[in-house]
Amino acid sequence: MGSVKVYGPPASTAVARVLACLLEKEVEFQLIPVNMAKGSTKPPNTSRSRKPPFVDGNLGSVGRSESIPWVLLLLQQPFGQVPAFQDESITLFGNKGLFGNGLLERASIEQWLEAEAQSFNPPSSVLVFQLAFAPRMRLKQDPAVIEQNEGKLAKVLDVYENRLEESRFLAGDDFTLADLSHLPNAQYITGTDRGHLLTSRKNVNRWWEEISSRPSWKKVVEMQKAPPS
Amino acid sequence: MGVLKLHGHPYSGATLRVLSVLHEKGLEFEFVPIDLATGEHKKEHFLSLNPFGQIPAFEDGEIRMFESRAITQYLAHAYADRGTELLFKETKKMAEMSVWAEVEAQKFDPPASKVAFELIFKPMIGGGAADEATVAEQQAALSKVLDVYEARLAGSSYLSGDSFGLADAHHQPLVHYLLGTTAKAAFDSRPYVSRWAADILSRPAWVNALAQQSNAP
Repeated sequence: MGSVKVYGPPASTAVARVLACLLEKEVEFQLIPVNMAKGSTKPPNTSRSRKPPFVDGNLGSVGRSESIPWVLLLLQQPFGQVPAFQDESITLFGNKGLFGNGLLERASIEQWLEAEAQSFNPPSSVLVFQLAFAPRMRLKQDPAVIEQNEGKLAKVLDVYENRLEESRFLAGDDFTLADLSHLPNAQYITGTDRGHLLTSRKNVNRWWEEISSRPSWKKVVEMQKAPPS
Repeated sequence: MGVLKLHGHPYSGATLRVLSVLHEKGLEFEFVPIDLATGEHKKEHFLSLNPFGQIPAFEDGEIRMFESRAITQYLAHAYADRGTELLFKETKKMAEMSVWAEVEAQKFDPPASKVAFELIFKPMIGGGAADEATVAEQQAALSKVLDVYEARLAGSSYLSGDSFGLADAHHQPLVHYLLGTTAKAAFDSRPYVSRWAADILSRPAWVNALAQQSNAP
């Protein structure tokens, strides 16, 4: 594999998602800070938005944080082949594979990844912006928008609460990419006074405690807190 | 695998998305109509298929799924050796397509579905006239996305790459609906986008997917 570079600040939820994945898969990478506020040097190949791209020496650049974990899958397990796992490295946080084993598991992961993108992400990212970023950027918060999205997120989390009653993680018994994709937004929300949306729901809280205590995620949170270089 | 069942409504974009891929793969399936008008999708028996109470839901033997883009990916993967190849075997090409599949979901779908809702579905369900401000705002957002598409398609036959793939298929329902509205102008004014739109909507599998609407009661 070529040298992996990630452009962007760890504080960005999109970047954090990618970092979590790279750390879970123990892929070496270089984090290259981009000063979003100043809109300074654009990394190469940012043809469109300021969303951070990801550059792998072999693949050229891949632009979307949501598709990057699948890129890592491809690099290690060619698309379409059922992976043959050697489980010699199962630890307390046994990473049997973020991507599941076989079609049934894979289908479930895909489904909950889409649920994150379509149902969880929209209201939660509005809340992240309003509650975590707007104050830092000295922008006025909109209470009506906050209330509306709290309501939406609450409904989604009710569905999650039911799901997590019958299942340890979203896609099944193991931690997968579907759980990981929730970490960045959930992390910010639990750091605000709306954190109760997650912590007051028994199963959601249990799930949140478990996924957020993974060493790889703790490392990302550390990176988010580190002063910009 | 078992019997394939798709639960949905033939006018629903998400349902059409799955129908298209089922036809691309030449798969036999049972279509189970869900009566949205009576709120069937929010009732217990459907919630057991999709706890979010949205169509479509899908079954393949013991595999049960919701979220159209997860279903299409499952079909493309599980039935890779049937019908149209919707994935790429080379890692680099697959990475490229996965980007544009995400772009569809994250960038294209939000403004496109809002425009389609205001101009087509809202009147259809008796929700009143289109909200002009929303339409203008979302059409502007959509135009920005289509500018990026125009640049992409100037250098690539399809969004997915040099052949039709899953990322293109995911666009079919909303492109189809938008071309029937004033939003058509945004497509017509961009030559590469216009050519691509016509191309993806002329596929026999898409025509067959739409035919499900003629079967509707």
